[in-house]
Amino acid sequence: MTPPRASALRIETPEGVVFSLRLASPVLRALAWAVDALVLAAAATAIEKGARVFAMLGTDWATALDVFLYFAASMAYAMVFEWYWRGQTLGKRLFGLRVVDAQGLRLRPAQVVLRNLLRAVDFLPAAYLVGVTACLVSRKGQRLGDLAANTVVLREARLLEPDVERIAPVKYNSLAAFPHLAARLRSRVNPEAVRIAVTALALRDGYEPPARVELFGELAGYFRALVGFPEAAVEGLTDEQYVRSAVRAIYGK
Amino acid sequence: MILDLPRFVTAERVYWNELQTVLDRLRLEPNWRMSIPEIERLHYLYERCSADLVRLDTFATEPQLRAYVESLVARAYAEIHETRARAGKIRWGAFIAAFPRAFRRHPGAFRLAVGLTLAGCAFGWFAIRADPDAKAVLMPFPALMGSPAKRVAEEESMKTDRLHGHKASFSAQLMTHNIQVTVMTMAAGITWGVGTIILLFYNGVILGAVAADYVGAGYGQFLAGWLLPHGAIEIPAILLGGQAGFILAGALIGSGERTSRTERLRSVAHDLLAIALGAVAMLVWAGIVEAFVSQYHQPVLPYSLKIAFGILEMAALSIFLSRVGRT
Repeated sequence: MTPPRASALRIETPEGVVFSLRLASPVLRALAWAVDALVLAAAATAIEKGARVFAMLGTDWATALDVFLYFAASMAYAMVFEWYWRGQTLGKRLFGLRVVDAQGLRLRPAQVVLRNLLRAVDFLPAAYLVGVTACLVSRKGQRLGDLAANTVVLREARLLEPDVERIAPVKYNSLAAFPHLAARLRSRVNPEAVRIAVTALALRDGYEPPARVELFGELAGYFRALVGFPEAAVEGLTDEQYVRSAVRAIYGK
Repeated sequence: MILDLPRFVTAERVYWNELQTVLDRLRLEPNWRMSIPEIERLHYLYERCSADLVRLDTFATEPQLRAYVESLVARAYAEIHETRARAGKIRWGAFIAAFPRAFRRHPGAFRLAVGLTLAGCAFGWFAIRADPDAKAVLMPFPALMGSPAKRVAEEESMKTDRLHGHKASFSAQLMTHNIQVTVMTMAAGITWGVGTIILLFYNGVILGAVAADYVGAGYGQFLAGWLLPHGAIEIPAILLGGQAGFILAGALIGSGERTSRTERLRSVAHDLLAIALGAVAMLVWAGIVEAFVSQYHQPVLPYSLKIAFGILEMAALSIFLSRVGRT
C-alpha cells in the first residue's frame, strides 16, 4: 500500500535540528507549468521572427534555424532557469515554487538535466498524465523525473519578519506589575493554550459577538485558574482584556 | 515554561538578519567564493539559528516566528552541508573526456542495448524474408513502402537535386527527431528498463526489415552507401541512449546492492548526463550528414566513397569512446 502523501519534507540535520519544508501541490505545479508553456509559446514566436532575419541566406536556412532553435529552447528552458535561479523557472518563481534536492541540499547540474530530460516520459501519453499520476501516488509528490534525479518541488516559505507587536501590543499591562505572578503564570501555562489564545487575539475582529464573548470567557477562565492576580490588577478588565494581558505577561511584556 | 519572546527576538534578530543577508547574496551570486573567515561566520550563524529553532520548538508557541527561523535554517543547511564541488567555469577538456569515461564504466548496459537491437534486427530480417507483406506493419513509413529496385533506379537517374532548398530544414528536422527518440530511449529506463527494451527492439526490427528488403533485392551496396554515412553515428547514439536507460533502470532496481535507491541514482546521475549530452552531440552531426551526404547516390557520390566515409566515422567513434579520457 502506498503511504499517504506528505505535505512537508522533514529533514533532520547532523546536529539533530529538525526542520520541514512545505511540498508543492500538483495543482500549483500545473499552474506553474502552464505559465512556462505560455513563456515557451512566446519564445517560439520570437524565434520565428528572429529566424526571418536570416531569410537573406535563404528560406531553407531560416526554417532550419527556427526548427532547431525552438527545439533547443524547449529542451533547455527549464534546465537553464532551474540552474541559474536555483530551482526556479518563471512559472515556479511566480507561484513561489522551487526544485531542491530531496535531502534539502543544493541542486547539482546533473539533477537539473536529468529531471528535465525525463519530462519525455512524464508527459506521456499527453498533458503530463504519467507525471501527475506519479505525483499523486508518490509520498513526496515526485514525478518520475524527480524520482530519478532525487529532487522535490517545494512551496517556498515567505520570509516574514517576526511581528511581536501583533501578539502583545505596547500598552500598560496591569498584570505585568506583579512580575513574580507573571513568572508563575509563564511556568504553569500550557503552550498549546497560549497558541490558541494568540490565534484568538489575532483573529478577534472576525468573530461573531456572542462567539467572541464565549471564546474569551473560556480562555480567561483558564488563565484565571492558573494564577490568582490581586483584585487591583484585574479590576475592570473584561475577559478579552484579561486574555490579552495574560498573553503579554507570558511573553514578558 | 514559555520563552521571554520579545527579549529573545531582540537578542537574536541581529544574527537572523545577518544570516539572511549572506543567504540572499549566495542566491544572487551563485559563484561567490567565500573566504575562510566568511565561511566560519556562516557556520556560526547557522548553528546559532539552529539553536534558536530548537529553543522556539521547545519553549515558544508563535508559529510565524518559528516559520521564519525555520526557513533560515533550511536555506543555511543547504549551503553548509553542500559538500559537492560548485560549478565553476566549464573545463571543456574534462567535459569531453567525461562522455567516453561514463560509456566505459557501464559496458554491461551497452552490451544489453546492442544485444536487444541485434535481436530486433534478426526478428525484422526473418519476418520480412518469411513474409514480405509484413513490410507495411513492420515499417509503416511511406518512404520505405516502395520497391527497392524502383527507388534505386530513381535515385541513380536523378538529374536534379531533389533536396535543393530544403537541405538545412530537413537536417534540423532529422536532428530534433533523432534527439527526441534517443532521449525517450534513455528516459524510458525509469520504467525499470521495460520502455527502453521495447524501443531498442523496435528500432532493431525496422533496421532489420529495411536491410532484408534491400539486401534481398540485391541492393546491399546501395543500402550501405545510403545508411552508413549517418547511421555510423546515429545508430550508436541511440544505443548510447539505451545504455543510459539501462543504467537508470539498474540504479532503480539495485539488485543485490546494499545502498539506498537515492544513493544509487545519485551515483549514476553524472554518467547519465555525460552519455545523454554526448549522444545529442553525435545526433547533431548525424543530422547534418544525413541531409547533406546520405541522400546523394551514385553517380553524384560513389558508393565506395560513402561507405568508406561511414567506416571512417565508425573507427573514429570507436577510438574516441575507447581511448579518450584514459589516464
